[in-house]
Amino acid sequence: MTAHAHTTDRHEPLDHMGFGEQDSHEARGNILLGVKLAILSEIMLFGALFAAYFVIRAESGEWPPAGLERPELLLPGLNTLLLVASSGTMQLGVRSASTGERSRILRWLGLTLLLGGIFIVIQGYEFATNGFGLGSGVFGSTFYILTGFHGAHVLIGLAFIAIVANRARLGLVSADNHVAVESTSYYWHFVDAVWLFLFSTLYVL
Amino acid sequence: MTAALRRFVPAVGLRRAVLGAVAGAGLGALLGLVLQADAGQILGLGYLLALAGFLLGIGAFRFWLRWAAARPPDLDDEHAAHGRAGDWTRYFRFTTDHKVIGVQYLVTSFLLFFTAGTAAMLMRFELGQPGVATSKDIYNTIMSTHGAMMITVALVSIIGGLGNYLVPIMVGARDMAFPKANALSYWMLPLAILLVAANPLLGGFDSGWTAYPPLSQQANLGQQAYLMAFVTVGASSILSAVNFLVTVFRMRAPGMTLLRMPIFVWAMTVTASLALIATSVVAAAFTMLLFDRLLGTAFFRATRGGDVILFQHLFWFYSHPAVYIMGLPGLGAILEVVPVFARKPLFAYRLAVLSFITIGVMSFMVWAHHMFVSGMAEFFHIPIMLTTELISVPTGIVFLAALGTIWMGRIHFKTPMLWVFGFVWAFLIGGITGVFLADVPTDITLSDTYFVVAHFHYTIVGGTIYGLFAGTYYWFPKITGRMYNERLGQLHFWWFTLAFNATFLPMFWLGIEGMRRRVADYPPALGTVNLFVSIAAFNIFLSVAVFIFNMVRSWQRGPRAVPNPWRAQTLEWQIDSPPPIQNFEQIPTVSAGPYEYGGGGGLPAEGRATP
Repeated sequence: MTAHAHTTDRHEPLDHMGFGEQDSHEARGNILLGVKLAILSEIMLFGALFAAYFVIRAESGEWPPAGLERPELLLPGLNTLLLVASSGTMQLGVRSASTGERSRILRWLGLTLLLGGIFIVIQGYEFATNGFGLGSGVFGSTFYILTGFHGAHVLIGLAFIAIVANRARLGLVSADNHVAVESTSYYWHFVDAVWLFLFSTLYVL
Repeated sequence: MTAALRRFVPAVGLRRAVLGAVAGAGLGALLGLVLQADAGQILGLGYLLALAGFLLGIGAFRFWLRWAAARPPDLDDEHAAHGRAGDWTRYFRFTTDHKVIGVQYLVTSFLLFFTAGTAAMLMRFELGQPGVATSKDIYNTIMSTHGAMMITVALVSIIGGLGNYLVPIMVGARDMAFPKANALSYWMLPLAILLVAANPLLGGFDSGWTAYPPLSQQANLGQQAYLMAFVTVGASSILSAVNFLVTVFRMRAPGMTLLRMPIFVWAMTVTASLALIATSVVAAAFTMLLFDRLLGTAFFRATRGGDVILFQHLFWFYSHPAVYIMGLPGLGAILEVVPVFARKPLFAYRLAVLSFITIGVMSFMVWAHHMFVSGMAEFFHIPIMLTTELISVPTGIVFLAALGTIWMGRIHFKTPMLWVFGFVWAFLIGGITGVFLADVPTDITLSDTYFVVAHFHYTIVGGTIYGLFAGTYYWFPKITGRMYNERLGQLHFWWFTLAFNATFLPMFWLGIEGMRRRVADYPPALGTVNLFVSIAAFNIFLSVAVFIFNMVRSWQRGPRAVPNPWRAQTLEWQIDSPPPIQNFEQIPTVSAGPYEYGGGGGLPAEGRATP
């Protein structure tokens, strides 16, 4: 099955080991596919949590159960706007990265960080003032596991954005080498999309 | 203490990992005490921080942390992490070479296999005669531990061990796509396995590996240990699934088209897809269960509006595909071995590939056949029964691919091939008896009896473990560079197969007679058959001891293996045994399919394997 020797340098052993400095074309494709697959598994994670939510809600006579109230729509609505806007700024960051303009990358990533940071602060305020907790029956359980898992994903996304922004600040992001910004943007858009589902099912419907 | 540690833990990486785990556990316990947490919460915190400490200590994150801190990569360190041939400490530290990781997985799996087998012997000791010799609680804990560990063996042994070692070589790559993530997947396991092994110290657990609430919500800390360990193993397998898929889809050598891939690689690809998609569902279910235990949520607490059947749905939505995550790699290994020892092309290769994919898709549509007696919605019974019966069609095609290859072949009765014949017999029994469990009326009668135990062991031992043994003997010369002892291998096969059938065939009858599974006691009238079964089971254990002796001794001083002792045609046999650290001096260009044996006076010259 083997045959003639065929020299190629694109499979050198150590050039595809992750977010290297010189991400070759091959490594970039590997990383982007890897991130997409990881997101698929995350979709299933949230899918399972949503499935639990819908089943439990369908079985429960009234929703929210007597004595509990859903949070007001004002702050979560504002949060929705913030996250959608942050997806836009993230994408502008990717576009700047693909041309390697350092100041523009920093501006857009910084703005994304700010929007995501405000989201987290508002979410924390809401958690503290909701008037129900994890222990408040199935309503509290489903509400907080979904929003809590999502919030944790936002925090992870913010950490990634901060890391790539710092690398961009030091000149380590260029037109040829910005796969980290791209993968972070995939993740961030995913987190944003999950929120849209959360907002429409937990708060509105 | 450090002196003792230095003595018993030879490699620096592992030593630091142990210290990190101890420090993490201590910190977690301290934090728990300060926060006035209960015992379960302290165990949870301690485990999480111990896992973090272990991984930090082993150096799993050092390259990524460097990257995150925007420091230049330490290329010397990365090369060192890749390992050097002959340096045995690489097996005890964070090594990124896929061949080292494969061996780590294999050895870990066989150690676990042996431990879980010991638990099975204790069960058979209790079941050797009617009445309760030890105690029902002890029996339940041993039964649950046996199940939890064997499930892990079935999940990780072939894909983690043989898969890691062989898939990159078989597709003509120098390593997996993400070698560091690959090493991380392995090093997530040891602490989780230790936690399961330690569950008797935490009060044991009696829910079995299925962990149904409400029992699993009320049970001891040992139960919680199992749940946390399972989530960890799940995270590890998702990570490794991503790695396999990217490797197969993006790192194939020139000329290695998808339909020239060895069938084993195809089996691993479908397996990895299943693991990727299904695992996070069970992780979610177990997390909700842990939250119910630790944080006062009510997901599965019926008294507070929760739903216990929901847990079963989420659990089986993963765990039925998981049966194929366990089974497909075994089938892949079997189909890889057959053409080599029948000296014939694999029969219906394309159809077998299609069947693997079909099995993968359909495995998501059959989960509720585990729940016919659960009280789930009635309308769901018939559709699930039909899909379950349908999935036997692609499975049957894979089985026929093995038979069709054997048919009219020039059979070489070497040990790997013997395991293929053992597989044909065992998987046939497993498949036929599955029909009675797919059909609702018979399942309702047979549910939770030893009929299920026997069926399950005929499929998982017949599919996975027979595949694991076939593959381990087949690739042993490649992995170790030495030949195993053929006579001991054949002794292992015959002893194991006779004992295995003597153990599990009578269980079908016991089940029909009404012997309940997962119970320490049974009606006295079944005593004689159970004594026979227990004696047969001890023989399985002894035969595995022969295997382990053969492997250890042959690895130390077996005769040197030539690069291609079986005259096989897949890529791994075209390089040295054991393979050089880079796998290939130059990346090969592939010009033919993997099984072009016999037929038409030989192969094109450039595709012929060296004899």
